[in-house]
Amino acid sequence: MSRIVNQFTSHTQFTNHKQYFIKLKLEDYMSTTEVLVKELVEKNGRTRNSLMPVLQGIVQQEHYLSEEAMLFVAKELDLAAADVYGTASFYTFLDTVPRGKNIIRVCKTITCHMKGKDEIVNVLSNALKIKVGETTHDKKFTLLTANCLGWCHKGPVMLINDEVYPDLTPQKALEIVEEYAKTTH
Amino acid sequence: MENNLKKVDIIFEVDEKVTPIDVLDKTLKRAADEIILDLIDSGLKGRGGAGFPTGLKWKFTRNEDSDVKYVICNADEGEPGTFKDREILDRVPEKIFTGIAICGYVVGAKEGYIYLRGEYNFLLKTLQRKLDIFNSQLKERNFDFTVYLKSGSGAYVCGEESALFESMEGKRGEPRNKPPYPTVAGYNSKPTVINNVETLVYTTMICHMGPEKFKALGTNDSRGSKVFSVSGDTPKPGIYELELGMPLHEFVNEFGDGDAKAIQVGGASGHCVPRKKFNDTIIGFEGIPTGGSMMIFNSSRSMYNVLHDYLEFFTEESCGQCTPCRVGCQQLLKGIEAVKRGERPPAYLEDLKKLTATMKIAAKCGLGQSVGNPFNSIVDNFREEIIY
Ligand SMILES: Cc1cc2nc3c(=O)[nH]c(=O)nc-3n(C[C@H](O)[C@H](O)[C@H](O)COP(=O)(O)O)c2cc1C
Ligand code: SF4
Ligand code: FES
Repeated sequence: MSRIVNQFTSHTQFTNHKQYFIKLKLEDYMSTTEVLVKELVEKNGRTRNSLMPVLQGIVQQEHYLSEEAMLFVAKELDLAAADVYGTASFYTFLDTVPRGKNIIRVCKTITCHMKGKDEIVNVLSNALKIKVGETTHDKKFTLLTANCLGWCHKGPVMLINDEVYPDLTPQKALEIVEEYAKTTH
Repeated sequence: MENNLKKVDIIFEVDEKVTPIDVLDKTLKRAADEIILDLIDSGLKGRGGAGFPTGLKWKFTRNEDSDVKYVICNADEGEPGTFKDREILDRVPEKIFTGIAICGYVVGAKEGYIYLRGEYNFLLKTLQRKLDIFNSQLKERNFDFTVYLKSGSGAYVCGEESALFESMEGKRGEPRNKPPYPTVAGYNSKPTVINNVETLVYTTMICHMGPEKFKALGTNDSRGSKVFSVSGDTPKPGIYELELGMPLHEFVNEFGDGDAKAIQVGGASGHCVPRKKFNDTIIGFEGIPTGGSMMIFNSSRSMYNVLHDYLEFFTEESCGQCTPCRVGCQQLLKGIEAVKRGERPPAYLEDLKKLTATMKIAAKCGLGQSVGNPFNSIVDNFREEIIY
């Protein structure tokens, strides 16, 4: 949405309303998702080999792959929609169900298990009032578990989006998530 | 007991006088065949798990007749208990880039790729910045080679080389049948060298210091050193570069907490060694090989829980395309749960072991083939803990 609004305002600075409607660019008819897909395809190339970076780019902006987004990708890369969905559904990080703005992934594999990942999951689950796999009502957080994150010597560990938080205690995990809650709108 | 563990400093060593780019300059002046001979002579074997001789891999790819070839650095590091590649990527990325470029020169490739697991995306920005500098240095030298970064999206099986190619080609990360091997038909079905992060750094360092120094380390079957990721019940978890071919008891003396009852060597897909076998187990290709993961369990740990975690891991990470692995992993997990609950007799474990034997023969890739490693080594050595 914000993208369209921005375009609207930047155009109206120079034109009156009437002219604006004449000067409409193709982009103004498109949803933000379609614009995003076009940009990503432009940047990565119109080939099947670009599928992963394109899907990753969408997830980075929209936190998941909507049906709409996958259909646009299929059209842009000239693939069957089933191929796009088939690829997307294979990968843990390419979610096809809506996710929160911040995705928390607590490592649940053996070393982190031994070092207390259960307490981390519990304290976050209680604080956010959601179970693992769920998203908060305000869409700020999704709580997930993940397999080994590659920080076993500093477990328990979690990722929030791309950031990593090793050497966790329940207290520390809470503080980190509270910080995200404050800065996410 | 006297401790003979030999710590080594090759991978992370920073030499102000000879930078990785200096090593590249020196190496590009040499004939490709000479470099291959050095690598073969050094005895370097792949550090990603499978242990294939690196020099031979490069030679096979060099000998392929193709206009397009690729070099890929496998930075998918997903084996539970392994975190050394992340540390290498973070601390000495230029040594990796250099290894990729040398390989490109040797095999005749123009493009190199680093496939970085999605969990390490926080490294992307810095890596890309350093890579831009490196690529421009290649350009200044009129060396027609470029290294690109690709990221994964959270699938352990994409560390398997052919699944990694599929993923880079925009497909589901499902391993391919072999042959053909990557040296013949890898990424985009072109001849491809795929090496682990650590392997590529060793190639840079062997080009720097010569094969003799490398060969002097380790044993006949396991030349050189290796970066180990040490975790679990240890007072000093972390990353250590050690000479290969060490007896396991020396490792335990150094890193154990005095109460170690088992070491899982090689991650979830590796082998579990119980205390009574510490004395006669060698860490290396002649004994138990490892991609570097060493997880230490002390006597407070339930080996049932350990095995249960591993089986859950494989059940989730199996790509599902072949039945022995997809169904096998599920049945092994359900099976030990049933035995634990008393719904199945202890003898059922024998049936499950037969299932792992079937998986070893019938599964398509290393994931399904190696589930029997942890299963059998834990069930055989800690049978009571699985049953009661
Ligand atoms: C399920 C599975 C996962 C793997 N994961 C990795 C990995 O994360 N990193 C890696 O270097 N090799 C991994 N491998 C091994 C690769 O297939 C390949 O053998 C290796 O990258 C070759 O490099 P090397 O010769 O330098 O060891 C994996 C293999 C299997 C079967
Ligand atoms: S063995 Fe497992 S992971 Fe490998 S191809 Fe078969 S189902 Fe996929
Ligand atoms: S087990 Fe949690 S990071 Fe490896």
